[in-house]
Amino acid sequence: MNLSPDPWVWLAALLTLCIYSFLYKDNPFYKAAEHLFVGLSAGYFLVIYWYNAVYPDMVVPLFKQGKLLCIIPGLLGLFFFFRFIPKVGWVSRWSIAFYIGVGAGMSIPATMQMRILEQMKGTMQPFFSLETWHVFVENPSLASFGALIGIPLMIVGVMCTLSYFFFSREHKGVLGGMSRIGIIFLMIGFGASFGYTVMARISLLIGRVQFLMSDWLGVID
Amino acid sequence: MRRQLPLAICFVMGVSMVVQFFIPHRVSQEFYRTILDWYRIVFAFSLVLGTGTLIKVHWAKISKKSKGWQYSIITIGGLVFMLAVGFITGIQEGTLFMKIFEYVEVPLEATMFSLLAFYIASAAYRAFRARTVEATLLLIAAVVLMLGRIPFGYYLWHKIPGIAEWILTNPNMAAKRGIVIGVGLGMISTALKIILGIERSYIGGGK
Repeated sequence: MNLSPDPWVWLAALLTLCIYSFLYKDNPFYKAAEHLFVGLSAGYFLVIYWYNAVYPDMVVPLFKQGKLLCIIPGLLGLFFFFRFIPKVGWVSRWSIAFYIGVGAGMSIPATMQMRILEQMKGTMQPFFSLETWHVFVENPSLASFGALIGIPLMIVGVMCTLSYFFFSREHKGVLGGMSRIGIIFLMIGFGASFGYTVMARISLLIGRVQFLMSDWLGVID
Repeated sequence: MRRQLPLAICFVMGVSMVVQFFIPHRVSQEFYRTILDWYRIVFAFSLVLGTGTLIKVHWAKISKKSKGWQYSIITIGGLVFMLAVGFITGIQEGTLFMKIFEYVEVPLEATMFSLLAFYIASAAYRAFRARTVEATLLLIAAVVLMLGRIPFGYYLWHKIPGIAEWILTNPNMAAKRGIVIGVGLGMISTALKIILGIERSYIGGGK
């Protein structure tokens, strides 16, 4: 055993143990660590936003470069606090409207590009590829078969998943059949996401145990 | 003034942000950058508002000595301490602020998320009971994915990692694409409703 002499490592280790104590039951150590996390996070984000947004984009241009236009976001930001004064609380709507309007405006082209056009582009591949067919004929294996059916499966999967979310018509006949296949794809997708999430959490757990065993206790290299 | 002006601001800002996207001119790009800076500044102020509410809630707990009020002292103490340290030392690498981030906040966050590794097991038990065809598919996909990500899966059958990858990039991707396209269409229609003033719940009630 080679205990770490670094007080920061000890602090991190003790806080890690405080959080893991929840596995036994809810207790004061866990609650203290949890509340500390909330307070520190709130403080962290305020400081980061001050140094990365407010100071360089408002304070410096306004007070050091004399760009008076930069007073507008400052005023809009201050209007938020009018919520605390009932008589003029409605002024805070201007800031919210600015924020919501800009967000909505920016999201339309960005969403259209990333969530719709790019996804459609990725799906609209030639249904049948001669290249993958040749690979499969020359070397019939699970991998080459997977590659061969990959694109048709993708197209059918996207169409069927979309038809499951189409609620303007009753899911009967062709639409009913497609939406039924869509459910199969969705279930495989949810299962895969679940498995992926479990592994991500377990990898975090391994990271923490590694920290305790290696950085703190020094029992493993 | 009280209800119409916010709707007008929202409309003007929304339309200008959409229109500027289609104008590849220097002025348009400058406008975009300026508005983006303003957006971040306004967001920072909203963070202050949120933090104010956090302080208000915990301060009320302390002053009323409600159940667990001692923990509220830790929250407010942690917040004030982080703010003081951040404004005094700055946020450069090696400062006390970054040390606290690295040795207190990051471990706390990682440990909290890793706790889910334990609870996800009980959730998995409930979700994975193969009662229907759909639940069986979910079970198979999840198990193959998990086995495919660890060396044990390879030792069981060397093709499992390949099958896991295939599930991830084909049927899983197909389902994800369907969801992403659906969500995208929903986002666009909601954004349009907000810009056009059809959806105005953000203004709140009252006059």
